[in-house]
Amino acid sequence: MELTPFLLGLMFSGYGLGALGALLGGERAVGRWAAALGVMSGAGIGTMLGLVALTSRQHWSVGLPALLPPIGLFLRLDGLSGFFLLVVGLVGVAAALYSIGYTAHYAGRYALRRLGALLNLLLFALGLQLLADNALTFLLSWEIMSLSAYLLVLTEHDQPETVRAAVWYIVMTHAGFAALVAMFLLLAGGDLGASFSMMRVGAASASPELRTAVFLLALVGFGSKAGIVPLHVWLPLAHPVAPSHVSALMSGVVIKMGIYGLVRVLLDLLGGGPAWWGGVVLALGAVSALLGVLYALMEHDLKRLLAYHSVENIGIILIGIGAGLLFHSYGRMDLAALGMIAGLYHTINHAAFKGLLFLGAGSVLQATHTRNMEELGGLIKPMPWTAAWFLVGSAAISALPPLNGFASEWLVFQTLLGGFSVPALGVTLGMPVAVAMLALTSGLAAACFVKAFGITFLALPRSPEAAHAREAPRTMLLGMGLLALACVALGLAPFMVVPLLGDALAGMGGLPTTLPALTSGVTIQTPGLAGHMAAPLVALALALTLGFTLLGMRVAGVNRALRRSDAWGCGRIGQTARMEYTATSFAEPLRRIFAELYRPREDVTVDTHPDSRYFIQAMAYESAVSQLIERRLYEPLLRLVKFGSRQIRRLQSGSLHAYLLYMTVALAVLVLVAQWSW
Amino acid sequence: MLILQPALALALAPGLVGLIRWLKARLQSRRGPPPWQPYAELRKLFGKEVVVAHSASWLFRAAPYLVFASAVVVTAILPLVLAPGALDGIGDLLVVVYLLLLGTFVLALAGLDPGTAFGGMGASREMTVAALAEPTVALAIFGLAIGAGSTNLGQIVLQTLRTPILAASPSHLLAFAALFIVMLAEAGRLPVDNPGTHLELTMIHEAMILEYSGRYLALIEWAAWLKLLIFFTLLANLFLPWGIATTFAPGALALACLALVAKLAVLGVILAILETRIAKLRLFRVPELLAVSFVLGLLAVTASFARV
Amino acid sequence: MPTLFRKLLRTGMVTEALPLEDAATVEVVQAINARVQQLLGRALAIRQVDAGSCNGCELEIAALTSPIYDLERYGMHVVASPRHADLLLVTGPVTHNMRVPLRKTYEATPDPKLVVAVGECARTCGVFAGSYAIAGSVDQIIPVDVFVAGCPPEPIDILRGLLAAVDRLPASR
Repeated sequence: MELTPFLLGLMFSGYGLGALGALLGGERAVGRWAAALGVMSGAGIGTMLGLVALTSRQHWSVGLPALLPPIGLFLRLDGLSGFFLLVVGLVGVAAALYSIGYTAHYAGRYALRRLGALLNLLLFALGLQLLADNALTFLLSWEIMSLSAYLLVLTEHDQPETVRAAVWYIVMTHAGFAALVAMFLLLAGGDLGASFSMMRVGAASASPELRTAVFLLALVGFGSKAGIVPLHVWLPLAHPVAPSHVSALMSGVVIKMGIYGLVRVLLDLLGGGPAWWGGVVLALGAVSALLGVLYALMEHDLKRLLAYHSVENIGIILIGIGAGLLFHSYGRMDLAALGMIAGLYHTINHAAFKGLLFLGAGSVLQATHTRNMEELGGLIKPMPWTAAWFLVGSAAISALPPLNGFASEWLVFQTLLGGFSVPALGVTLGMPVAVAMLALTSGLAAACFVKAFGITFLALPRSPEAAHAREAPRTMLLGMGLLALACVALGLAPFMVVPLLGDALAGMGGLPTTLPALTSGVTIQTPGLAGHMAAPLVALALALTLGFTLLGMRVAGVNRALRRSDAWGCGRIGQTARMEYTATSFAEPLRRIFAELYRPREDVTVDTHPDSRYFIQAMAYESAVSQLIERRLYEPLLRLVKFGSRQIRRLQSGSLHAYLLYMTVALAVLVLVAQWSW
Repeated sequence: MLILQPALALALAPGLVGLIRWLKARLQSRRGPPPWQPYAELRKLFGKEVVVAHSASWLFRAAPYLVFASAVVVTAILPLVLAPGALDGIGDLLVVVYLLLLGTFVLALAGLDPGTAFGGMGASREMTVAALAEPTVALAIFGLAIGAGSTNLGQIVLQTLRTPILAASPSHLLAFAALFIVMLAEAGRLPVDNPGTHLELTMIHEAMILEYSGRYLALIEWAAWLKLLIFFTLLANLFLPWGIATTFAPGALALACLALVAKLAVLGVILAILETRIAKLRLFRVPELLAVSFVLGLLAVTASFARV
Repeated sequence: MPTLFRKLLRTGMVTEALPLEDAATVEVVQAINARVQQLLGRALAIRQVDAGSCNGCELEIAALTSPIYDLERYGMHVVASPRHADLLLVTGPVTHNMRVPLRKTYEATPDPKLVVAVGECARTCGVFAGSYAIAGSVDQIIPVDVFVAGCPPEPIDILRGLLAAVDRLPASR
């Protein structure tokens, strides 16, 4: 731990040098490399720090009142911060490596200096936030993070879609920020300089009403950053329009800061709460998961589909954390720890596979200049590596064994099922519904990713751009490969990750300082419902079976002839991309099944020949799915705000006499108020 | 010991399907193929060449092996003749459900790969049915797992052996009903999917494999038959486990094999009669059927949470 | 449900034993290879191709899958995709429009494969010989192993043709 200040200094200087290099290097390759290397070195060191913090089980803190007088900057590194540093580092290094090749096609069109510098600033803010030990540091770094993310989203500022998305993003993130400021004021008793340890003590003796207010504000503030329904509306707007490595960072890391905040405030600072807190978080998580995946299914914009899946996976993380909080309130610390571990494990898993998927989508975008799946197809032949990495990501997010998505979803299921031993009616009725929703979500996610991978990469290209696609440069492939490797490693090694997470959470918020061993050998076994799972052995069994099948077929003298021919098309002559399934047609059965939710609107316009209506010249089909939350919640809200502002605008009559009257009246009122308050 | 269950499953699966086909033929007043016909079909398919479309990629050629391997690994984990099985500790019911989902996922991608319309149609329909059916499989077995205090299938079987009265409990009965309906969907049987149809527009599973031939088709067909065997085994051994071996003694194992064959035969007869009586559902009526089984599964889990 | 099963029990087995030995209508052009016979003899997948027929032969072929003739008892079944097929059952004189699709169907079928051409039209173009719409008889488009004569041939003749293709036809008495 003595190395910690030194490593911290290195990390921050890495980012600083990266930003400097980006600003100086400008549009040339030097600038891109400098920015990327800055991020990689900073993030890499952050990863090392995180690992050290996780494994050493020691805390390190420092107070720097000299910076930012009169309150000062307070930093603290513990297991939880260390784990999130790991998450930041993993996606940061991969995204930075990827950006070297990716930003090359921005040169000359958009300001590369700004892009590189802001990237380093974003990661700097992320690192600072994870180490924050008082309200001021936390809020400051949160705001820097939000602003740099906003500016990064605005990179392609000439597209109206981008500007609109950025406006939504900045408004919602600031609304959340306001909630966070209020929350910290309540927690710290008005003193923003109070360190977290002081807040911990204060919260323990605070009134239940105050604690509830803090809980609700935390939920709104961190929830809007994480993208929980109904505060998620900015996510599918902002993530698609940002540059792909930024999307990867945002989906993989920035929204996880909401999760970090929730765990830090709810578990660490408040020390858990009544059962309904956990229930609310669990319910919000389940609804987010299901709505996220249902809307993702209907998307044919590749990056917007991935953004909705981020909402879904945040929902799954919250299911784990909510269940953990719920069991915590019933005193079942073993299940509480399991829930928290499951949620945090899914956090790093999601960072890995979602980062990978966004990088893959960026690779496709760079090669074909379109995000619309209806114009893609057949990319597996010209872009084999991108396709392979995207396939790993798709399999991971669909929770297929033996990859990482399965490992964490398994843990979440076990947590929920463990609730059978809790003798509360709410749990008995609620847990089965939560289990059912989680199971439905993962089934639908698999269907969605068959569509996403299949339509984008398989069959024949649906447009000339897709037909002329070329493989991404090596740096981009390396970045993706790193995350794919992480997906496989995290999937095969839950027996190593789970104890580490247990150590990170030990002693926090009433959890015991030594958690029971959840692993034996390579197997995980869970308390509550005694389930066993050994991921490496499952992988081994699959590999051995494959091997024996091939060997057996060889030994049995099976016919090994293979002939290439045309695809069977019922004897038709020629095969074109018009004969394939499209993304919309693939999802059509599910659209019909869930029509009550989607309220799909279909428009068919037929142009006929002017002389005879039997000769059709053109037909256009347009179908759209209505967005429930936007329509029912945000549109009325925005209408209200617009109405209110229109009324207030009446004050601006343009008449000087009116303004003079206003000023006189206001002065008179103030004098009266001042008189009375004596 | 590790290979006993997979080998037994591989040997029995074609026979099971052959029995069902033979029975259905007899119920249609005709002689029908002999019950060992699927073995002959497999032998023939392994001797044929493979024709692959120009538009297909490496995924098309790798998919049959993955589908086959995932089904075989599931048979090793299942309590087929032994509870707990040799590989019971490496995976529980969630591993089983998701391994089956792995097979479906890969096969759906392989259906999309050659770029044919029917392949895409099969993939779309299959994933729709799977997305609605997999959760119910999980739910139904969760209901049992809670009663048994473990999600490992071997433990569930042992619990029912220890307290036989559990087999008649509401959670078990509801779970059986849910699992039976979802078995029809997952294994591609009537009323969800007709395995013997030649009309492409009525196909779900067959539409995905229209491009496959030779040894690839053999592996995929065998894996599909294994899937039927897996679901039958789940229905038989989780709910009525008597006869299963709990030790490695050869006598117990032999008895378990006989018990398994008997239970599979009974379930096969029930399925044959059901398929003769019932007609295939319109595709958009299938979600209603699956919703019924989903709710039954949910009720099963709630019943077991409430210790009923 | 009871009505259905009562009727099934009352109907009983209707499949007839067929006198297959008298095979005057079947002409084997290409005798099957012994190795292929061993492979395809017990399990044959048939794909029917209508290359422009009047559907008379199709009706007779459809009768083959009925309970009375029951093709399946010989281990043969009808499949939808030529990729799954071992034998192509072709009817009709080959029209110009069906020339390429027939060729494509043949190429889509994996080796080893057999072709049985059913009806006069398939062998000699029948009443359509010389028409402007005909490209030729089936053996002018794809190699044929067995011809079955008749217009249309009876189901039992078609069955004889199929069995002859895999050399399972009982010898004449």
